[in-house]
Amino acid sequence: MIDFVTTLAIGTAVIMGYLSVNVLFLVWLERKVSAYIQRRLGPMEVGPQGTLQTVADMLKLLGKQLLTPIAADKAVYWLAPVMVFIPTLCLASLIPLSGAEAFADQPYGLVVIIALSGLTVIAIFMAGWASNNKYAVLGGMRSVAQVIAYEVPVLLAALSVVLIAGTMNLRGIADAQAHGGGGLPFLLLQPVAAVLYFIGITAETNRAPFDIPEAESELVGGFHTEYSGMRFALFFFAEYTNMLVLGALGATLFLGGWHGPWLPGPVWLLLKAYALVAVMMWMRWTFPRLRFDQLMSFAWKLLIPVALVNLVVTALVLAVWR
Amino acid sequence: MSLSAPDLEDPQDTYTLNMGPQHPSTHGVLRLKLTLRGERVIAVEPVIGYSHRAHEKMAETRTYAQFLPNTSRQDYLSGLIYNLAWVEAVEKLASIPVPERALVARVILAEFNRISSHLLWVGAFLADLGAVTPFLYTFDDREAIVGLLETVTGSRLTYCTGRFGGLSKDLDADFPRRAREVLVRLRARWPELEGLIEDNVIFRQRTMGVGVMTEEQCRHWGVTGPVLRASGVPYDVRKMEPYGAYPRYAFTIPTRPEGDVFARYMVRIAEMEQSCRIIEQALDGLPEGPILQEGSIGVKKRLKPPAGTLYYAVESARGAYGIVLTSEGGTEPYRAKFRTPSYANLAALQDMMPGSMVADAVAILGSLDVVMPEIDR
Repeated sequence: MIDFVTTLAIGTAVIMGYLSVNVLFLVWLERKVSAYIQRRLGPMEVGPQGTLQTVADMLKLLGKQLLTPIAADKAVYWLAPVMVFIPTLCLASLIPLSGAEAFADQPYGLVVIIALSGLTVIAIFMAGWASNNKYAVLGGMRSVAQVIAYEVPVLLAALSVVLIAGTMNLRGIADAQAHGGGGLPFLLLQPVAAVLYFIGITAETNRAPFDIPEAESELVGGFHTEYSGMRFALFFFAEYTNMLVLGALGATLFLGGWHGPWLPGPVWLLLKAYALVAVMMWMRWTFPRLRFDQLMSFAWKLLIPVALVNLVVTALVLAVWR
Repeated sequence: MSLSAPDLEDPQDTYTLNMGPQHPSTHGVLRLKLTLRGERVIAVEPVIGYSHRAHEKMAETRTYAQFLPNTSRQDYLSGLIYNLAWVEAVEKLASIPVPERALVARVILAEFNRISSHLLWVGAFLADLGAVTPFLYTFDDREAIVGLLETVTGSRLTYCTGRFGGLSKDLDADFPRRAREVLVRLRARWPELEGLIEDNVIFRQRTMGVGVMTEEQCRHWGVTGPVLRASGVPYDVRKMEPYGAYPRYAFTIPTRPEGDVFARYMVRIAEMEQSCRIIEQALDGLPEGPILQEGSIGVKKRLKPPAGTLYYAVESARGAYGIVLTSEGGTEPYRAKFRTPSYANLAALQDMMPGSMVADAVAILGSLDVVMPEIDR
């Protein structure tokens, strides 16, 4: 029992610590990537190459007053940032870092991850609703519709991978790309699913060009318009953590997870995950935003049919081949 | 998209959303009272007047020269065109001759100002659609123009270089070379804009068929400028009622038949190229001579135009800008009335917006290129 508690405490501390550093790093990276795309320098003043800028920003957010609008639903308003934060934390523990290291190795890890990542949307809608602000409500409603629409292609894309790998265990899926499945990363066997998955997670993490729940030129701040200080920071934290976790999941599903020559497993996994995150950042600073109805018809009329066809074709090919 | 009558009548499930006066996409202090059902706009009422400074009243209490700095503060993005319009209107009223060189230099400066205004619009409009990056690039190109204009006028935003009978400063000997350099830079940019913006699928989806204005509706609201030309009407004051040195130059009026947001974008892009053509011809035929009429010492002389009224119109970056100027023979105008293009264009929102989504509302407003201080005056 003591052992279990100790493991839990250490695991939580390690994940929390790593994720905090990761968010600071990703925010810095986002600024540098956008600066590079826009021919600017980005943050340069605090620390070498501005690396400590996000630390300074975090300190500033810590010192800010936590405002609650008078008409807000106080309890829900308070709960929403906490709720958005917890599932992302759980998600991070499910990704296998290498053949031996995973904080929680579940036989149905993939299902658990997809189920948990869907939870964030409840918190986002809570935030939008409880703020009692029309822009926030619009943002919250958009978010719900969007996540429901884009979870389906993500799930279907993941299922086509599961069909080939023959397991829902994430470690098993990664292993299948090393020696099973012809030893190829599933990116090559399932290119359509990989593209669908990537589009889907971009939408799920509310990243441009699918960032309509917080479209700043339309909805000011969207669901987090009324949030300030660390409460606002928690939404930020969740967004960037989600990017990393879903990037790592993408790396596990399509890029062979921790498998790779020379470097240790966790390094490979993180490299692949950050590469996916960098592509997401690149997209954000390149494209205009889709309109809400276009976003929905894109998911329901294009992505989901393509994902279904892909799944059926995969199943048929496997049935004939095996 | 047309709305059926019950849509407008049933107040049960509609709500009002105040967009502005503090909102990222209202381009200054504009307030839009949107009546929405879900995300669909049922009705819109633009509320203006937040930056009213009584320019017209100020004109009555100042001499003609003292009013000069006010002009470029009406439309701060193409201030030079407004400044020169006032100067030219007063010149016409007082029959002040203008030297050839000044006439041509005015065309060059005004056209550069037009391009800089359009460039800024491209960036701001794309930012409205959620693409922030183009803003940085078009601002960079605009910077080249602003820097060039600064070497002649001494200002970067609120120009006050027009003088009754010419300009305050002459173009220096090196100016044509620098101007041509800027033109080369700009012309290298058009294919880039075409590849990255115009051909972008998301951009096309967001702009095509959105905010359509028919020719009929444009006439009804008195819409002018690129918005009117995007509805297929080849109306441009520079061609219809030529002023200054414009009749000498060959240029076309770009029009598009669609009347949607995309057409407005395309018209503005094409207009920038036409402005480049005008500047090139003007630089080729830049005459030597004085920049300010002998004897007319610009602002210092006490000017008393004869009694009378005139209407003088120019094509600003936003449309037809008109000045009604009445003199009773005194040192100050009896009345100055400004017909500003954004005012009419903004009013047309009430026809354009209903039936569209909230996101479209932002795109439509952005496509009009309104400058609030010019509306409020």
